[in-house]
Amino acid sequence: MLNKKDLLGIKELSAEEITLILDTAGGFRDVLGRDIKKVPTLRGKTTVNLFFEPSTRTRTSFELAAKRLSTDVINFSVPTSSVVKGESLIDTALTVQALGADFIIIRHSSSGVPHLLAKKLRASVINAGDGINEHPTQALLDAFTIREKKGTIKGLHIAIVGDIAHSRVAKSNIYSLIKLGARVRLIGPPTLIPAEIADMNVKVFHKIEEGLKGADVLMTLRIQMERQDKGFFPSTEEYSKNWGLTPDRVALAKEDAIVMHPGPMNRGIEIVSEIADGPRSVILEQVTNGIAVRMAVMYLLSGYRR
Amino acid sequence: MKILITQGHIIDPSQGIDGTGDIYIEGGKIKEIRVRNREQRTEGKEQRGKSKERRSGEEAREIQTIDARGLTVFPGFVDMHVHLREPGFEYKETIRTGTLAAIKGGFTTVCCMPNTNPVNDHASVTEFIMRKAAQEGYCAVLPIGAITKGQKGRELAEIGTMKHEGCIAFSDDGQPVMNSLMMRRALEYSKAFNVPVISHCEDLTLSEGGVMNEGLISVTRGLRGIPAEAEMIMVFRDILLAELTGGKLHIAHVSTEGSVDLVRYAKKRGIQVTAETCPHYFSLTEKAVEAYDANAKVNPPLRTERDIEAIKRGLQDGTIEVIATDHAPHHADEKLREFDQAPSGISGLETALGLSLRLVDEKVLTLPQLIEKMTLNPSKIMGIRAGTLNRGSDADIVIVDREKEYTVSPEQFASKGKNTPFSGWELRGLPVFTLSRGKLHEW
Ligand SMILES: [Zn+2]
Repeated sequence: MLNKKDLLGIKELSAEEITLILDTAGGFRDVLGRDIKKVPTLRGKTTVNLFFEPSTRTRTSFELAAKRLSTDVINFSVPTSSVVKGESLIDTALTVQALGADFIIIRHSSSGVPHLLAKKLRASVINAGDGINEHPTQALLDAFTIREKKGTIKGLHIAIVGDIAHSRVAKSNIYSLIKLGARVRLIGPPTLIPAEIADMNVKVFHKIEEGLKGADVLMTLRIQMERQDKGFFPSTEEYSKNWGLTPDRVALAKEDAIVMHPGPMNRGIEIVSEIADGPRSVILEQVTNGIAVRMAVMYLLSGYRR
Repeated sequence: MKILITQGHIIDPSQGIDGTGDIYIEGGKIKEIRVRNREQRTEGKEQRGKSKERRSGEEAREIQTIDARGLTVFPGFVDMHVHLREPGFEYKETIRTGTLAAIKGGFTTVCCMPNTNPVNDHASVTEFIMRKAAQEGYCAVLPIGAITKGQKGRELAEIGTMKHEGCIAFSDDGQPVMNSLMMRRALEYSKAFNVPVISHCEDLTLSEGGVMNEGLISVTRGLRGIPAEAEMIMVFRDILLAELTGGKLHIAHVSTEGSVDLVRYAKKRGIQVTAETCPHYFSLTEKAVEAYDANAKVNPPLRTERDIEAIKRGLQDGTIEVIATDHAPHHADEKLREFDQAPSGISGLETALGLSLRLVDEKVLTLPQLIEKMTLNPSKIMGIRAGTLNRGSDADIVIVDREKEYTVSPEQFASKGKNTPFSGWELRGLPVFTLSRGKLHEW
C-alpha cells in the first residue's frame, strides 16, 4: 500500500512508490486480459470524476478503472464558467464529498487545484491533470508501457518532443523517468522549453535530429494550436517541418525504438500517420495500460489510514 | 487630554534623537520633548521650566502618565503604500478597519492607493475618502490620486484639482501606465504641483498571465512566471523619463536585484528618483508559493534569495529609502481558490514592524536607520508633515516593546484582510501604545 491519501503528482512520489504502482498495475493488466474484467476489490466505494475541464479520454479511462474495481462511479462535469459565476471550487468539492465520494478524480485548468482540494477533503484525491503542472497517471501509464516493452527504464535514452513548457504530461514524465533512472532528452523550439528546466538533469535539444539520435523511446506531445497566436512558433507548418515525427527522423533512433503519444494526436503536425500507425507505435497499448495503472493507483490509495 | 510619556528610549530621526527621555502631549500636539542622556534635544529648553510649574498642583492629576521604561518611543510610522479598498470593496477592508489595523501596527499616517471603485481619479472621490477618514479613521489618511482617468492609461486625471482636494501623490498602482508618452506627460505635468508620481513597475506585455516569479519553481509547479525583467524594464523606462522630464519619480515595491541596481545607477546620475520596498520582499522567497498558498501571491511576486540580499544592500546603502507595506487586504474566499485565479496582495500593516525589526537584528540597518525609512523618508518624499516628534506636530507616536515575542495569528488582525503568508511566524517587537493625533490606544 502507498500510505498516502492522494495522488497529486509524480513530484511527490519516490522511485519505490512509482515502482510499487507499476508492479501493482501489472496484476490489474492481467485482469483486463481476462474474459470477466471486473474484480470486487473496492465494492461499496464511490468514485466521482470531478472534471472542470472536458476530457473524454481521461475521464473514460478513470471511469472504466473505477468500474473494474467495482466502485460506483459518478461523473460530475463542471464547466469552469459556471464555477466562476456561482459556487466556489471548495464548495463544489465539499458537495461532491458529501455525496459520499471515497475517490475524487480531479481535472482542472488551474495548476494546484488538486493540492488545494486534497487539504480540504477527507476523500482520496487523484490528479487527472492540473493546468500546466502534472498529469501523474499519464506518466505512470507511460512508464508502465516503456517497462513492458523494454524490460526496464533505467539507462534508457528517452526523447520527449514538443511543448514542454505547457505540457503537464511532459512534466510528470520528466519527474518519473528521471526518478526511474532514464536519461531524458527534451526536444523543441526554445520558446516551448523553459530555460530553467536544464537544471533538472535533462538534456535539451532544439534540433530534433540531434535529440533523436540513438534514442530508445520517442515520445511526442500534442501541440496546442493556440500557441501559434501567442508567438511560441510562427505556424503549425513550420512546427511540423522542424519538430514533427517523420519516418526519416524516427530512423535516427535505435532500431527497436518505440514511439509514444499521449493523445489526442494532431496527425500531420506533431506526428505523421505512417509513424502513428506504424510498427514502432505503442500508442493504443498506452490507452489500455492507462486503465490498469489507474486501477492500481485507486487500489493502493484505498489502504490509507489516517 | 494631557499625556506624559516618561523615560522611554526615544528615537526620532527627524531630529537626530536617540536617547532616553520624556514627551509631553497637550491638545493632541507634542508640547515638549526632552532627551536626557544625549546631546540632542529640542529647542524647548525654556518652556520646560514653565510647563513644570504648570504641571504642579491640581493640574498634575489630569495628566495621564505612561511609564515607558524599557520601551522604545518612535514617531508614528508613515505608510506611503496601502490599499484601504473603500469605496467599492468594503468586503475586503474599509477606511475604519484599515486605519485600525494601521495604528495597531504602529502606523499613524497611511497613504491610500486609488484603485478603488470608483477609482480615485476625481476630486469627488478624493473628497469622499477625506470625509470618511475624518469621520471614521483612526489615523491620518492621505489619498494618492490616479495618474490617468479610470487608471486606464489614456487620459490624465485632474491632478491639480485632486491635489487641491487632498491628494498628495499620484499613481496608477496595479494598472501600470504602459504608454511611455502618457508616463512622460504625467511626470512633466505633475511638476506644476510638485507631487511625486509613484510607479508600479511592470511591463504587462511581458508579465502577461504570470502569477509568480519565473524560475525553476514556476516550471515545477506549473505556474506561469513573471520574469524579473518585467519590473526592471519599467524601472529603467521610468528612470529615463524622470531624467528627461525632471519629474519626481518614486518606484513602488522594488522586488528584484536588477531594480535596486537601476535605482542606484539613477541616483548616481543625479536623477530625481526614490524607491520603496515591502517587508515581504526582504522576508520571503518564491518558495512560499510552492504549495499553492495564494496568501503568498503578491504582485510583484516574491523572488529569490539573491534578490532579498540585493534589497537588503539597497536598504543599507540608502538606494531604497522607504519601507512601505503595500497593505492589500482581500476576503478569505477570494484567496481560497485556484492559485492563478486568486487576487494578489498581502495584508501587511500588522506584521510590518515585526518583520522590519529583523533587519536590525540581522544588522542590515541600525534601529534609527530603520525608523527613518518608516517615518522621515516617506514624509519627505510625499511632502507631508508627519513622522516626526517635533514640538508642535501632531501627537502621532508609537511606543514599542522591542522584546515582546509573539506568533503572527491573522485571526487577531484588526484588518478585515487575514491574507498573510506570515501566519505562525515568531516575531519580536510589538506596539504597546499608539497615539494617533493625541488619542491614546493601548494594545
Ligand atoms: Zn503595486
